[in-house]
Amino acid sequence: MSSEWPLWEVFIRGQHGLNHRHVGSLHAPDAEMAINNARDVYTRRNEGVSIWVVRSSDIVASAPSEKGPLFEPSNSKVYRHPTFFDIPDEVGHM
Amino acid sequence: MYAQMVKTDAPRVKSLDEMDPQERAFQERIDAGQKIEPKEWMPEGYRKTLIRQISQHAHSEIVGQLPEGNWITRAPTLERKAILLAKVQDEAGHGLYLYCAAETLGISRDEMYEQLHSGKAKYSSIFNYPTLSWADIGAIGWLVDGAAIMNQVPLQRCSYGPYSRAMIRICKEESFHQRQGFDILMKMVKGTSAQKALAQDALNRWWWPSLMMFGPSDDASVHSAQSMAWKIKQNSNDELRQKFVDQTVPQAEYLGLTIPDADLRWNEAKGGYDFGEPDWNEFFEVIAGNGPCNAERLGARRQAWEDGAWFRDALTAHAEKAARRAQPVAAE
Ligand SMILES: [Fe+2]
Ligand SMILES: [Fe+2]
Ligand SMILES: [Fe+2]
Repeated sequence: MSSEWPLWEVFIRGQHGLNHRHVGSLHAPDAEMAINNARDVYTRRNEGVSIWVVRSSDIVASAPSEKGPLFEPSNSKVYRHPTFFDIPDEVGHM
Repeated sequence: MYAQMVKTDAPRVKSLDEMDPQERAFQERIDAGQKIEPKEWMPEGYRKTLIRQISQHAHSEIVGQLPEGNWITRAPTLERKAILLAKVQDEAGHGLYLYCAAETLGISRDEMYEQLHSGKAKYSSIFNYPTLSWADIGAIGWLVDGAAIMNQVPLQRCSYGPYSRAMIRICKEESFHQRQGFDILMKMVKGTSAQKALAQDALNRWWWPSLMMFGPSDDASVHSAQSMAWKIKQNSNDELRQKFVDQTVPQAEYLGLTIPDADLRWNEAKGGYDFGEPDWNEFFEVIAGNGPCNAERLGARRQAWEDGAWFRDALTAHAEKAARRAQPVAAE
């Protein structure tokens, strides 16, 4: 038999109420083993309080070639930043 | 180092104006300190060199468990045993982080294992020496992990994102490794004269192989120049070796142990130590597979892989069966 186990991406929530964050990947035959392996490989020093595993093949990623159109920095839309608006000092903190 | 003498396929390093626009844009990103990520365009040589380097590094972490594993069942106290187990488990983790990083470049895990088990892939020469006494476990942590840290710290700034991130994780864990080794030796040199003699004997045997970990001088190597241009190597082998010697000599003095090098002396003018040349013939023999433990190490790796085959297959079969059961039965 000997076929390679599927690849899983591992996401861990750190102690401080943060979002789950991608930490790496690993191979495992199923989701349960992926969680067990993720615990052993990525949280040996209480780095987390929660683990997500997702099959790498289920992740849909943006293509590097679309970087320009997708992430055009919208520099022309300066009004998206609060500093665009001048609020008089008398108004106080806003 | 953990990846000693990585070839790059480059006859010489190209200048920016010799590159086509795509390659020039790539090199300019590297020069600007940007990280390269898996799906982005990269020169074939960059990809192949990284695969070689990262997989050699991964193999070294995995094979590196074997010399230390030799003493887990014979550690002198339960606490030392627990510490050594944790250290060796970390090394397994390092191997796994690195295999994952290499896989992002398009090589499969099974291909890498196959290359290791067939003897095609290299791993660090240092792991082909035997661990004869408990003091060797101290010497490995202190010297071998110490030398690894020298090499790995700059690799955190490597241009390839996944490798750089794996190195950051690894470096966080390494200083425990070096300290636990030094701690073993501190205890032994304060023990009986027989224990102190074991510590000295371990230093005698591990000193030169540790210096060889950095690889032969590569100041004139085109591979090294290319790797530096790609920022997958940051310092020359001699530079790192010098740093290692300068750092380690005072630590040996603290332990009251003698470094087995008659040419070792402080050089005020350069602000570092002068030291002797390792026996590079020995190094090339070990790299070629003729070190004291090469056959034993590879044999142990192959056997572990083969003995585990039924278990890997069983887990796969279980997962497939469970997936079939979970599938809704088609309506009649
Ligand atoms: Fe390691
Ligand atoms: Fe190591
Ligand atoms: Fe280590």
